[in-house]
Amino acid sequence: MPRRYRADPRSERISVEMEGMAVIYHRPSGITHLLAAPAPEILDALSDQALDVDGIAACLAAEFEIAAEDEIAAVVADRLIELEGAGLVARI
Amino acid sequence: MHSFTVRIGPVGFRVGSAWPRPVAALEAIYAGYPGPRDGIADFTVRLEPERPWRRFVRPSVAIRGDFILPDAVPMALRHGFLAAEMGMNLQMALGQRRFLLLHASAVERDGRVLLMTGESGAGKSTLAALLGERGWRLMGDEFALVDPVSGLIHAFPRAVSLKNAAIAMLRAEASEDRFGPELDGTPKGTLRHLRPRADAVARMDEPAAPALLLFPRYGHDRAIRPMGEAEIFVRLTQASTNYVALGEAGHAALARLVKTVPTRAIDYPDSAAALAIVDMLWAEQAR
Repeated sequence: MPRRYRADPRSERISVEMEGMAVIYHRPSGITHLLAAPAPEILDALSDQALDVDGIAACLAAEFEIAAEDEIAAVVADRLIELEGAGLVARI
Repeated sequence: MHSFTVRIGPVGFRVGSAWPRPVAALEAIYAGYPGPRDGIADFTVRLEPERPWRRFVRPSVAIRGDFILPDAVPMALRHGFLAAEMGMNLQMALGQRRFLLLHASAVERDGRVLLMTGESGAGKSTLAALLGERGWRLMGDEFALVDPVSGLIHAFPRAVSLKNAAIAMLRAEASEDRFGPELDGTPKGTLRHLRPRADAVARMDEPAAPALLLFPRYGHDRAIRPMGEAEIFVRLTQASTNYVALGEAGHAALARLVKTVPTRAIDYPDSAAALAIVDMLWAEQAR
């Protein structure tokens, strides 16, 4: 079974948009993150439910109306490594 | 123990010193300032001999207080006044929780505040001191206090710390009795402190709304550059000493500042050029 990921609920993040990026205050850690798309969208998708890479890619494909889910999945996998390192998503 | 108390803006300080000279220098430079509210200081700084016997042999000053800088270099006793100032700054920087603290100078005109931030040597202190002698109210040359609830800037008009060439510049503008002793051979060269004008002290309890934020840079050809919100936000978190400690309130206060206050980076070759740029940008944002 593919690895699944989860993020804190949306209420645990305060996000302000600046220049197309999200300046996010993460309440549980007290750390501020500056995230570019699609990282904020990945966090939002993982706030509602635990998903694997393909599941996240499907969410983003629907949100951005992009068909090439394979290419999105590669990007998602890279961003997940960064988001996990930043303490914003966790594997379950 | 010799002791000195003062209130600078909303913050009360008590300085205790094993020697009389730093206290006498503080009393002179802060003449006319009120004492702490209800007589209770928010922060305490102690200047004590490194070891008791050194008090008699070769006096040097160690800064001690509610917060301790572990590797604070003991300074010669004649710089004890400087040690007291450093101790006061350090405690503000580390201990202040009521306000978001920005390393920025602040001057006010017509009820609106010009903030200038930047690294040491950028000129924020000198420019604020000059403006403070030319029709602006000096609210502070080092720290701007952002109220996280109202977004207003509160004044912290400590004695202005003038370095090297700035000393002569301000001696041409302000009377001699407002200057502290000349301190040479400090890590930053020659220093001299300047007491803000009496009206700046008298009005230090009046906060005002920020209207313009500048990132000045000295020693370059004249240039004015717009800045993106994300860049401003990141640079202000670096300019703040307590952004992380304030948590969510700090994030909200900084985001509001970035979203509402026009901001420019300015490069300038000399003070006259900087003051001309300030005049121009201030007139533009007032329209």
